[in-house]
Amino acid sequence: MTLRDKIKEVTKKHLQRGNSLFGQCLSAVGWVGNTIDPSSPNLVELSMADVAGGGFVVGASLFSRPIYVVRYQGFQWYNAITVCNYAAKSKAIWGRSCPIFIRSIAMEGAIGPVAGSSHHSIACRQPGIKVVSPMTPGEYEDVYCAFMGDDDPYYISEHRLSYTQSEETPALECSNPDWVVFPFSITRFAALEAAQRLQPDVNVTVYPQVWIKPTKFSENQILMLSESKYGGIVLDDDYAFGVASSIAHELMMLTNKKVHILALKDITAGFARRLDNLPPTADEIIDFIKKMTS
Amino acid sequence: MERFVENIIHIAIKCRAFESLLYKKVELGLLKSPVYLSAGEEIPPATLSFLFQKIKPHIFAQHRGHSWYLSFGGNPRELIHELLGLESGCCRGMGGSASIHSPEINMFGHSGFMGDNIPIAVGAAFQTRHPTLAIAGDAAYEEDYALASLGWAATHNLPVAFVVMDNNFSILTPKSARRSWNLVDVARGFGIESFDIDDSPESVHSVFSNYQFSKPLLVNIHVTRKFWHAGAGTDESTPIDTLTRILDSPKLSELVVDYENQYNKLWEEALQ
Repeated sequence: MTLRDKIKEVTKKHLQRGNSLFGQCLSAVGWVGNTIDPSSPNLVELSMADVAGGGFVVGASLFSRPIYVVRYQGFQWYNAITVCNYAAKSKAIWGRSCPIFIRSIAMEGAIGPVAGSSHHSIACRQPGIKVVSPMTPGEYEDVYCAFMGDDDPYYISEHRLSYTQSEETPALECSNPDWVVFPFSITRFAALEAAQRLQPDVNVTVYPQVWIKPTKFSENQILMLSESKYGGIVLDDDYAFGVASSIAHELMMLTNKKVHILALKDITAGFARRLDNLPPTADEIIDFIKKMTS
Repeated sequence: MERFVENIIHIAIKCRAFESLLYKKVELGLLKSPVYLSAGEEIPPATLSFLFQKIKPHIFAQHRGHSWYLSFGGNPRELIHELLGLESGCCRGMGGSASIHSPEINMFGHSGFMGDNIPIAVGAAFQTRHPTLAIAGDAAYEEDYALASLGWAATHNLPVAFVVMDNNFSILTPKSARRSWNLVDVARGFGIESFDIDDSPESVHSVFSNYQFSKPLLVNIHVTRKFWHAGAGTDESTPIDTLTRILDSPKLSELVVDYENQYNKLWEEALQ
């Protein structure tokens, strides 16, 4: 089963329980990359009012567990306002939870300065919201189960390139690693490729991460970073000055090892391919590691 | 005076007494966070509670909401404790004056973003189909997301009454400096039945008494903010509000004093 099919299955099951799925242009883009079964009940087309739409979903979440689809993550700069400022805070202020499953979908490449990339750092800035980036069917199921056992809003940082993924991607561990890489979102695939290509010259351990906020590093992951020769690298599909910096700082505080960041550059993308601002490729990761190792 | 008007005024007097006393407490410096007094704006909440309290509508108000809370049966002791930041307050001190929340009366808290209670109210009405009040001032209703909320409520024919407490000011900036249009025209453009009225008990009762929450409704009610936007004080040349005019009788004025004395006991108890 591909991730796409898993999302479709989870979504339909959720809607059959009486919850609603809200989104703009649900049918227009092939039912959100073919992740929604059009025969599912309770599909709600929002108007094109981005900020208000987020507010409608928050209102619904006071009485149910809606799914909120935002078809480009960059649109969250408008759509996430009420989620971050009401849904995330409601439980702390009034004891009333707003459990929303926010499907925030990333893609990149020739799509300009707004629609491209992941923007999960926006949500990480607010208390009371959880942020995850599942990239496999098993991870998506786990995240959904976590959401159903919780009453916080969940920001699901999806990436369209992962929708065809059917295999799980376990950690790639080396004994006595030179480097330990912590990739978030879509960057894990480039990280795993880079680690394999660097063998046997450089030992790179890769720990794909699902939980962005709160982070969930295992004791073993921290130990491996502590004992690594050169330190760690955080990879992200969001800007380097976003949550990746916070996570690198957290890892450094936990280990006293240097942790570098490879993520989106601090530049605005354009529509032409040559003006893209893309997440690190396997080649870029390899070049960086070789440069830092030498 | 008709019987229903007497009942409405009685509810409004309780609110006025609470706010008048609170004004004195603010002057004394007893409160350490901003206070938004609703004095001068008591009649609409009193009238709507008189009409709708039994159906327990979902109430989405924002700052200047004390009279909505009290009119619909909110516990005054818990509000006093909230204003003092006590754990025993209606929001455990998290909400203060601006963000009152009370599950007992179906009143939902407000984040502090002007007018964001309006789309949230619309979403709640969409999900529940329960009668809903979306209450905000004339300035908050200028928010882009508030206007879009009117459109979506109209599209889905939601059971929402949009109640615009039009005191003409955004802090001190009058409507004439902010916009060239009025909300009633905008709402009518969306196909929502709309009224522009004064805040006499008769006017408010007249518009809402036949409303069954079977469709959206917008009512722009001209009210007078008796005191400052926040805190205790009076702006220059504030007109006399409707309730003050009604209270111009010894009997009703005595009633305000009686309620003030009752609330003062709650204050003394809380301050101990």
